[in-house]
Amino acid sequence: MKDWPLWEVFIRSRHGLAHKHVGSLHASDAALALANARDVYTRRGEGVSIWVVRSTDIIASAPGDKAILFDPSEDKVYRHPTFYEVPDEIDNL
Amino acid sequence: MAACEPTRTYLRCVSANRPLLSFVSVIRSDFANARPNTDLMTHNIDVSLINCIIFRGEPSAVIPRIAGPSFMTGKTLMHTQPAHTEVEPRCSAEALAEREQAFQAKIDADIKIEPKDWMPQAYRQSLVRQISQHAHSEIVGMLPEGNWLTRAPSLRRKLILLAKVQDEAGHGLYLYSAAETLGASREALIEALHAGQAKYSSIFNYPTLTWADVGAIGWLVDGAALINQIPLCRCSYGPYARAMRRICKEESFHQRQGYEIMLTLCRGTAAQKRMAQDALNRWWWPSLMMFGPPDAESSHTQQSMRWKIKRHTNDALRQKFIDQSVSQADYLGLTPPDPELKWNEQTGHYDFGTIDWSEFWRVLKGEGPCNRERIEARRRAYDEGRWVREAALVFGAKQTRRAPGTD
Ligand SMILES: [Fe+2]
Ligand SMILES: [Fe+2]
Repeated sequence: MKDWPLWEVFIRSRHGLAHKHVGSLHASDAALALANARDVYTRRGEGVSIWVVRSTDIIASAPGDKAILFDPSEDKVYRHPTFYEVPDEIDNL
Repeated sequence: MAACEPTRTYLRCVSANRPLLSFVSVIRSDFANARPNTDLMTHNIDVSLINCIIFRGEPSAVIPRIAGPSFMTGKTLMHTQPAHTEVEPRCSAEALAEREQAFQAKIDADIKIEPKDWMPQAYRQSLVRQISQHAHSEIVGMLPEGNWLTRAPSLRRKLILLAKVQDEAGHGLYLYSAAETLGASREALIEALHAGQAKYSSIFNYPTLTWADVGAIGWLVDGAALINQIPLCRCSYGPYARAMRRICKEESFHQRQGYEIMLTLCRGTAAQKRMAQDALNRWWWPSLMMFGPPDAESSHTQQSMRWKIKRHTNDALRQKFIDQSVSQADYLGLTPPDPELKWNEQTGHYDFGTIDWSEFWRVLKGEGPCNRERIEARRRAYDEGRWVREAALVFGAKQTRRAPGTD
């Protein structure tokens, strides 16, 4: 007997935030994955919406690529509002 | 190529974009670049075929004859490494030492380790062992309380107990999932438990003789579990820390409902109060043993603390538990069964009597009152549910075939 396929579970809380990854579970198909996700991850009103995605369908960046992918954004300070000097007497900017 | 000779048999992980699990296959170094043989992509590999594991050329992972590392159970070889692992025919001890240093530096800086990050094999194995033992404890832990589900004294108590037992099932599932991010397979973990090869908390090998035992378990056993678990919310492995945070949030209701049961009994008739005292007498010492052997005899403590997969010593946590429980017992008008229990002005802690560790080791070895019954119950549940799991799998496959837009 093989394990049921693995699914990743994402839940949106009632506060209108984006779906957030909460964990994973095994299920034989999508409907069961949804039902299991409801039982395992929302016993205390944690969410108002659930997504389940087969783990095999997620493409992730490799940890080894971290520098290539994310370092270039480190030196672009001009992308942040604090980079710009605004006189004290100017409001609402 | 210093550490590994040519023409050896290697274990190789394949499956390009799957972050959590990966297939393994066996290849030989004389055709390391050949496509993996799909015939060998199987969960059960005869380990005698394997001389050497290389993960990205790490000699740490070069385990000659992999003589029974803990991720192996019998002939079942669990998935060993996330998908990005490759076989590289280069491995120097210096390169490895450097990597291990960088790894430790990350941990020292409180940077979380995530599933796909490089980690020493021993770290991975310790975590799989620790997390799966913890998961097994949650699952087996449902049994002693499940014994009282049909006999809870009121509908209110029954609903509460049902919710608690369901939570414990959830805890087991969160933890199995965390172990799977390290490459362990759920099926293999469960098989190890059922084969009597895996440990779980020995407290669950004691029987629940009266309703007061349900109160004592919530108060003391869940209370002890909480003390053990709160520090793990800050442990170095991301998925484990996240699972622990979720668990701890749910655990405090468990402890409070147990204390409430004790309080109700202690405010009841003399017979009810006697029942509560009797439960305390039986659960007190096993609860103290839940923190594990004394530091002097605990084999994993030091390395685990360096890796931050354990944040306080067994003895420190045990003392904390005793200090908090004595006043709680006082309030109930109950007395812990330890004549040597005494407040120590100097240390600011309670002194306590000698724990009978021979009992602990006996129960751990399988000679507790309910060891056989517990594993038997788990095995029966698993075996009798087999046809459902298999049918669901076939049904799922059929749905996928029928779904529009797929072939
Ligand atoms: Fe639990
Ligand atoms: Fe609990």
